[in-house]
Amino acid sequence: MTRLGVWLVGVVLVAGLLGPMVLPLDPVAQELPLRLAGPSWSHPFGLDELGRDILARLLAGARVSLLVGMVVVSVSVTVGVTLGAIAGYAGGIVDDAISRVIDVLLAFPGLLLAIALVAVLGPSLAHVVLALSLIGWVGYARLVRGHVLRAREWDYVQAARALGASTPRILLRHILPSALPAVSVQATLGMGAAILSEASLSFLGLGVQPPSPSWGTMLNNGRVHLLDAPHLTLFPGVAIALLVLGFNFLGDGLRDRLDPHTTPQAN
Amino acid sequence: MRYLARRLLLTIPVLIGVLTLVFALIHFIPGDPVQAMLGETAAPKDVEELRHRLGLDAPLTTQYVRFMRGVAHGDLGRSLRTGQSVVSSIAERLPATAELALAAVALAVVIAIPLGVVAAVRRGSWIDHAAMVAALAGVSVPGFWLGPLLAFFFSVELGWLPVSGRGSWAHLVLPALSLGAALAAVLARMTRATLLEELSQPYVQAVRAKGASPARVVVRHALRNSLIPVVTLLGLQFGAVLTGTVVTETVFAWPGIGRLLIQSIGFRDYPMVQGCILFIAVTYVTVNLVTDLVYGTLDPRIRYE
Repeated sequence: MTRLGVWLVGVVLVAGLLGPMVLPLDPVAQELPLRLAGPSWSHPFGLDELGRDILARLLAGARVSLLVGMVVVSVSVTVGVTLGAIAGYAGGIVDDAISRVIDVLLAFPGLLLAIALVAVLGPSLAHVVLALSLIGWVGYARLVRGHVLRAREWDYVQAARALGASTPRILLRHILPSALPAVSVQATLGMGAAILSEASLSFLGLGVQPPSPSWGTMLNNGRVHLLDAPHLTLFPGVAIALLVLGFNFLGDGLRDRLDPHTTPQAN
Repeated sequence: MRYLARRLLLTIPVLIGVLTLVFALIHFIPGDPVQAMLGETAAPKDVEELRHRLGLDAPLTTQYVRFMRGVAHGDLGRSLRTGQSVVSSIAERLPATAELALAAVALAVVIAIPLGVVAAVRRGSWIDHAAMVAALAGVSVPGFWLGPLLAFFFSVELGWLPVSGRGSWAHLVLPALSLGAALAAVLARMTRATLLEELSQPYVQAVRAKGASPARVVVRHALRNSLIPVVTLLGLQFGAVLTGTVVTETVFAWPGIGRLLIQSIGFRDYPMVQGCILFIAVTYVTVNLVTDLVYGTLDPRIRYE
C-alpha cells in the first residue's frame, strides 16, 4: 500500500511539474467549435464546455493542488508545532490560553470555518490557503502539546535541564525530534485533506477563480454536462481521488512503520 | 452527576469562544463590510441605513453585547435578501438537513459495522484487503464527485431514483449514500481495528474455551466492547457529516441549511451566513457533548479528573 501511495503521489508530482513542458498545451486556450468534444488523439481527455483541453487543465490543476497542499501543511506544521511545544512546555496560563483557542477552533466542524472565512474574505486561492492554514495548525498543536507534556518528565530531558540547557535547546534538540514521526504521519495525511478541502471549496465556487484551472472548479463546471459530456466530470474526479488516496496510503504506511503502538494488522 | 456537571461547565467557554468567533467574522471582511454587502455602486445613504440596521455604527463592545444578547434570546437578525428572520429561515430548513444527516449516519453504520466485523474475523484474507481498500477509497473519493456519479448511474442510466430534490424516501437514497460513504469508510476501519484488539483479550479466549460458538464470541462479547470507541468516533465524525451536508445539498439541490449557507454566500447575505455557521457549530459542540456523556455511560472507567 505504501508503495502504491508513493507511485500515485509520484506520478501526479512528475505530471504536474514536467507535464506542461512535455505537452505544450495551453490550459486556457479555447477551441469553441470543438467544445465538449470527447477524447481523441489530439485531445486525449477531450475538451470542456469552452473548448479547453482537459488534460492541459488537469496538469495545471495538479500544480495548484500540490501547491495548496504543500503551503497549507508547511504553515500548519510550523505554527502548530511551535504553539503546541510552547503550550506543553510552559504550562500554566500560556498553556490554558493556547488550549482554549484550540478548543474553540476544534468546535467548528471540518471545513465550516474555512467556508466562513473564504465567504467573508472573498473567493481566491490565497484566501483558501489562508483559511485552511488557520484551521490546519490546530491538529499539530494538539498532537505536539500532548507529546511535550509527557516528554518533559522523561529522565534525559530532566538531565538536560539539570545540566543547564536552555528551553529552546531542550525543545529543539531533545523533545521535538521524538515527535517527528507522529507529525510526519499527520502531515502526509494532512496533504490529502488539504487537497480535498481546496477541491471542495473550489467546487462550491469559493476557491480558485476562472479561468485558472482547479480540479474542484473543473468538476463543478462539468456537473451540468454530466449527461452530454461525462468526461468533464470523470477525469478531474479520478485525479482528485487518486492523489488523495495516494497520500492516505502513504500516511497509513508511514504510521505502520514509524509508530510502535500500531501494527499493520491492527490497522 | 459530578461528571455531567463538569463536562457541561467545560462546554461553556467553548460556546462563548464559538460565538465570539462567529461575531468577529463580519469584521474580517476587508474594507467596509456594509459596502461589501451592498456592492461598490451602492448609494452612500443605503450604506449608512444598512450600517445602522445591522448595528455596525455602534462601538464594538456594544455590538458584541447586543449580539450575545440576541443569541441568548434566539434572535440572529434578519436576512438582507428576504427580510425574513434568520432563525425562522434556519428552522424551516432544519428538517431537511436533519433527515439527510441522520439517514447518512444510519446508512454508514449499516454498511460499516458488518464490513469491519467481516474484515476483522477474516483478517488477512482477500475480503479483509478488499474491505480496507474500499474503506480507504471511501475516505479519498470526494462527495461532490461521488454524488454526480451515483446520480448518473442510478437516476440517468437505470432510472431507479430521482436525480435531485426532496420528497419521498427515494429522493433521500443518493444524497445519504453520497454523504455517508466517507463516514462508512472511517467507521469500518475503526470497527476492524477495535474488534481485532478485543478478540485478542483474555476474556475472549475464556469464552472460547467455554465452548461458545465463533459467532457468539464475536457478536455477544467482543463486538459489544469494541463498539465503545466506534460510538465516540461516530460522534466526532458527525462534524464531517454536518459540513458534508453543505456540499451534498448543493449537488442534489436538497433544500437544507447547507444549501442555504452557500446561496447566502453568493448573495453576500452575511447575517444569514453568520446564522448558518453559528447553528452548525453549536450543533456540533452539542453532539460532541452528548457523545462524551454517552461514552461515560457506556464505559464507567471514563471519568474526567
